[in-house]
Amino acid sequence: MEKKDILQLSVEQVSIAYEKTMVIKNLSFFVEEGDYLCIVGENGSGKSSLIKGILGLVPLKEGKVTFLKEGLSSHIGYLPQQTKQQKDFPASVMEVVLSGCLNRKGWRPFYSKQEKEMASYHLKRLSIEELKKKPYRMLSGGQQQRVLLARALCATDKLLFLDEPISGLDPVAIAEFYQLIERLNKENSISVVMVSHDVKEALKAANKVLHISKEEYFFGTKEEYLQSGIGIEFLYANGGKEK
Amino acid sequence: MTELIYMFSYQFMLRAFVIGGLVSLCAALLGVTLVLKHYSMIGDGLSHVGFGALSVAMVMNMAPLVIAVPVVIFAAFFLLRISESTKLKGDAAIGLISSSAIAIGVTVTSLSGGMNSDVYSYMFGSILSMNERDVILSVGLSIAVLFVFIFCYHTIFAITFDEGFAKANGTKTGVYNVLLAILTAVTIVVGMRIMGTMLISGLIIFPALSSMRLFQNFKSVIISSVVLSLCCFFAGMVLSYLFALPTGASIVLANLFVFLCMACLGKCLGVE
Repeated sequence: MEKKDILQLSVEQVSIAYEKTMVIKNLSFFVEEGDYLCIVGENGSGKSSLIKGILGLVPLKEGKVTFLKEGLSSHIGYLPQQTKQQKDFPASVMEVVLSGCLNRKGWRPFYSKQEKEMASYHLKRLSIEELKKKPYRMLSGGQQQRVLLARALCATDKLLFLDEPISGLDPVAIAEFYQLIERLNKENSISVVMVSHDVKEALKAANKVLHISKEEYFFGTKEEYLQSGIGIEFLYANGGKEK
Repeated sequence: MTELIYMFSYQFMLRAFVIGGLVSLCAALLGVTLVLKHYSMIGDGLSHVGFGALSVAMVMNMAPLVIAVPVVIFAAFFLLRISESTKLKGDAAIGLISSSAIAIGVTVTSLSGGMNSDVYSYMFGSILSMNERDVILSVGLSIAVLFVFIFCYHTIFAITFDEGFAKANGTKTGVYNVLLAILTAVTIVVGMRIMGTMLISGLIIFPALSSMRLFQNFKSVIISSVVLSLCCFFAGMVLSYLFALPTGASIVLANLFVFLCMACLGKCLGVE
């Protein structure tokens, strides 16, 4: 079945300022159903700010972000960078994962049986079911990241935003995490938008690339990127020589 | 034993127990989210602002709560806003506001005839200063806090754990933050008159910290905080009555004792 060409998200001429400095200027791109979009660029180029701008966590200076499906704007699987306070937060794995169902709950004060089953299902799907009752702060970095991914999956079955998901993980955990994301993208056709500084690995499964730098933007398919001047230059500067 | 029964025959004692118990309950619930969001010092800052406001109200011969409640609510908004922005360091801003508020309070009082027993009681707390209006306010406050924590429990958890995620999924995090700020402000204004300006933040911080030594999930921490807070309050009150100790200090010391016990217990059970 041809699933392509169904537009999910369109970002039009967006500008974002961070404490009076423009970080993103007049940027446009789009995400179609089933896309795996990798956002790359140097540190401080505004990748995380862009994600936050799209999700409404920081105000847009100019431009428009449209989610082209009803209800999608409040059903987004967001995997943010972990904060210091989260690492020491007293919460069980189940409590964290269930909080992904918040957008389904509405005004009900408690989670329904269905929502609890959904949380369990996603834990099983990411093979961390046995951690269900464990305290979140006792888990390894890789396990924590899976828990947060399960939470994101509770919130969406369409679109995932991952902000530097592999930072702080060991190489084995990184490889496993990428496999997981690829599987969700290919098998369940969940669109993925991932910010990463680890270009080489991140690009493997991606089909589209958005490159952000202070001077210019590139948006296109992975093949186009690998041929483009900006792509070649960036890959070489970031360990591409090993290839 | 008879002494304890005697204690409850005083009306001011009974009133202090009701108000203090309710305030302890509110402080424990709000304290968990404040501590986890790393906003512990906001409680301290607000109580200092409360002191300034109460002193000014007294000099102007106005009802203390009418002035203090709105001023502290305003300060709570302001401090939350500062803590969220990265430009000005939150802790530095709180220190600035705290000392300024105390300075204003002390200056105004001394201009109008020097420290008196009322001002002293605002500093270190007094159970004698409570009246009917405090009873009504504390009952209303605790109903509001309980309502919010029962009906919005899961939202509060989500916002405390990860505000960005909650907001990205359409939760009105701003509304909840404002709500929590108002409730915190009122809790502090009511509580500081029993506990004192210098000691009220203990009521907010201790129960949450003690519970976190031993419990590893949010629900247990919340429940344990409420239980510990109430127990420490009653223990502190009884001790202060029996041995003629200052009330606020006894309650904080009871909390400190419990904290040390929980820390030891946590270490022994290998929680960390």
